[in-house]
Amino acid sequence: MKKLLILGAGTAGTMMLNKFSNVLDKSEWEITIVDQFENHYYQPGFLFIPFGVYNRKDVIKPKRDFFPTGANVIMSGIDKIEPENNRVLLQNGKVLSYDYLIIATGAKIKPEETEGMKEDLWFKNIFDFYTIEGACALWDFFKRWEGGKLVINITEMPIKCPVAPLEFAFLADWYFTERGIRDKVDIHFVTPLPGAFTKPKASAILGDFLDKKNIRLTSEFNIGSVDNETKEIVSWDETRIPFDVLVTIPTNMGDECIERSEMGDELNFVPTDKHTLMANGHENIFVIGDATDLPSSKAGSVAHFQADVLLENFLAVIEGREPHEKFDGHANCFIESGFGKGILIDFNYDTEPLPGKFPLPGVGPFSLLEETKMNHYGKIMFRWMYWNSLLKGQELPIESQMSMAGKRA
Amino acid sequence: MAVLEMENKTLELDADGFLANIDDWNEDVAKVFAKEEGIEELTEQHWTVINFMRDVFKEKGDAPSIRRLTKESGVNTKELYALFPKGPAKKAARIAGIPKPKGCI
Repeated sequence: MKKLLILGAGTAGTMMLNKFSNVLDKSEWEITIVDQFENHYYQPGFLFIPFGVYNRKDVIKPKRDFFPTGANVIMSGIDKIEPENNRVLLQNGKVLSYDYLIIATGAKIKPEETEGMKEDLWFKNIFDFYTIEGACALWDFFKRWEGGKLVINITEMPIKCPVAPLEFAFLADWYFTERGIRDKVDIHFVTPLPGAFTKPKASAILGDFLDKKNIRLTSEFNIGSVDNETKEIVSWDETRIPFDVLVTIPTNMGDECIERSEMGDELNFVPTDKHTLMANGHENIFVIGDATDLPSSKAGSVAHFQADVLLENFLAVIEGREPHEKFDGHANCFIESGFGKGILIDFNYDTEPLPGKFPLPGVGPFSLLEETKMNHYGKIMFRWMYWNSLLKGQELPIESQMSMAGKRA
Repeated sequence: MAVLEMENKTLELDADGFLANIDDWNEDVAKVFAKEEGIEELTEQHWTVINFMRDVFKEKGDAPSIRRLTKESGVNTKELYALFPKGPAKKAARIAGIPKPKGCI
């Protein structure tokens, strides 16, 4: 029996487990997945919780609901990977050997990386919305809030779902308008990037949306610390921005087990071949999703596009063929823009988000980089697809490789 | 193609305005870039960072992130921002004659 070991049962790991289970011969392969948590969270839904659109129940399901029958699941933390010995040490004391390893250990927020962030004001006037705890605490705060200075701040790149902070700003504009107190809320978007988003064309268009919605933008602000006394964020070059409530997107880092394994970069992301998805320097290790150091977005849609490429390359490698399938950095994001509308962007490593139309058989087309109701429905529909198709590794009507069809270059 | 006019030579720049050929670099080029970035004089600490940037690039093929810089160059984050205001990783890379860091997407 050959052993295939998957580390992490989040979006990427669960998808791969399902795909492998469908394809690999059970008499030849023993597939095992390791994770320490019982619950799967629909992370794109966290964004809606602080505004009362979703609650905890809408974004949580047991992981076991998405595992194929008979799957070999081990609930444990991971101590470390020993690639030179082809084995993984678990925190429950077990040692697992493997022939092939898939690293899908994800990324998480690290507020403690910034001085003063996780201190007196944490979950009182400072919140994140990248965890279920942060999102729920923020909803409790917003419900009672009568207005003041709302600062949304990205600590440093890369972050999971780079558009989520903008969506948060748009939804805040909508939510406080509905509450009738928008004139009392000063929304201030503070980012280390030179503009509203990572890519120039989309950045310009999304920047205009900020203007239109009366959201202030401060760019190239690199936070160094939080002053808990004066309620200010302070940049490395001593610029201060005051807040009444700070919604922070803290530093994102890979799992600590990657650091313990000495397999990561300075943010614990695993150096990965950007096309084949193989771990650099390892012939029998693949990396997928947020755990990679790739210059693609850290998002479920990206993990989904990577999954097909990884599967093809895995099948090639086990047969002794060259891994020819190429991941192109494809990402596809519905950006919720408030008032029942949304914006869609579709891009890859080489092509930045462009305006135009996005064809989708049976449902589309959707408008790219334009605010429409249709794009909002796309976003809402995606949650259903996520639970019912994507995690189970089923085909979705979107190609893994980005297509130029409909785009205006 | 944008260029950088030096006294006796014209150097090619890439789409980001960074030096196209790393071998065209010398200390005079660094000084010209530094002036463009608003740094009048390059101190010993500036050179520590610049040389570290070049060493890492030659070894890894990419510029170090701020985290790696502060961890290994001996210059802390606060000093880095004082030396290269606003965007140390990007500014120091440009002055060091290496391409724009991958991390700056």
